[in-house]
Amino acid sequence: MGKAKVKRASTAIDMTAMCDVSFLLLTFFVLTATARPEETLMVDTPASTTLDKLPDDNLAIITVGDNGKVFLTIKNENVREMALKNMSAKYGVAFSAEDYGKFKRLSDFGVSFKQLRPLLSLAPGDQTVDVQPGIPVDSTEELSNELYHWVQQTRLATVEYNRDREAEDSRFKNPGPLTVAIKADAEEKYAVMNLIIETLRNQKQNKFSFVTGLRQEN
Amino acid sequence: MAELNQDAGKQKKGGKVRSKKNGGKVDLTAMVDLAFLLITFFMLTTSLNKPQAMDVNMPDKNKDKNELNPEIEIADNRSITLLLGSDNKIAWYYGQLASPITPPAVVDYSKEGIRKIILEKKAQVPQVAGGKDLIVVIRPSDRAVQRNLVDILDEMKITDVKRFMISKIKPEEVEVLESNGIYNEN
Repeated sequence: MGKAKVKRASTAIDMTAMCDVSFLLLTFFVLTATARPEETLMVDTPASTTLDKLPDDNLAIITVGDNGKVFLTIKNENVREMALKNMSAKYGVAFSAEDYGKFKRLSDFGVSFKQLRPLLSLAPGDQTVDVQPGIPVDSTEELSNELYHWVQQTRLATVEYNRDREAEDSRFKNPGPLTVAIKADAEEKYAVMNLIIETLRNQKQNKFSFVTGLRQEN
Repeated sequence: MAELNQDAGKQKKGGKVRSKKNGGKVDLTAMVDLAFLLITFFMLTTSLNKPQAMDVNMPDKNKDKNELNPEIEIADNRSITLLLGSDNKIAWYYGQLASPITPPAVVDYSKEGIRKIILEKKAQVPQVAGGKDLIVVIRPSDRAVQRNLVDILDEMKITDVKRFMISKIKPEEVEVLESNGIYNEN
């Protein structure tokens, strides 16, 4: 009887194909990932068990934090520019073409309308939360309640923008009216929140979202 | 496993010509490891980055100044009112404040606190109100914080209460909070 020979196979596996696939996936995820937008006012939102996500576009976020400072984020750049145009006419403050270009790049702001031009003249690195005292809010519907008019003009600009897009491109699906979200700090007092909620209700924006973090257990 | 072919045609003068045959194979294990690590990172950051949105619907506001805002009439035995006070505490009562079926009591936001009460009332109300379900009235005071409001709205979702509303707190209800010591600054 001959000895049984144990055939020793090499343990090395060809990794080339696996490497190809993984890099393909990696490229896909890198390209689809969107950079987190810079936020001037950082807030610590409360957690909830809600699983609904905020939309990416067609969105305005009212950020409240740092003892009642109110900031506004208008997601779409073109809507942002149109809203500024509307506000400029409303408040009688003129802006140059350069200002419009700068405002388009400004992701969020928290100053009164009069202080907006000085803010735009600052370098982007200097537009910190310390130089921005927040957008004025009160319980009226007058010009003094600037948040009221910002939200209203953004809503009008959104409708106009979506209508224009629809006229240009027949495949464009109108996403409907603007979504308004309130992103407030967990420790923010309800007195301030009430002013903002009433500001929205005064213009029949009865539907809005609270931005929250995710909590696993309930 | 590392099989990187290291000599590249370096030959000794006058010596024997050595030829290594098994060239051209590079160990890709580490590279694959790294790629998968990065994939995991990008996958998680893209989907988890998006914040959650809790939708809130408020009733239409009656802006006619001449007409006094009429209180919406609700059956006493269907409604519980939650007064959100300071220090993460709630005062709740069943029925009307002037003649409550259950007088105001203080609870917290935990599972054993407010959720137990809501679930209890949710089961009890249809029996006493002829099959009609529970109505929860949420009244945040000025000294409640945003976390309290989000927590209580979340609680509505968890306990599956269909009818709830956020409304304005009345002065006599603030007194209730004060007398229970949950209307403190900060």
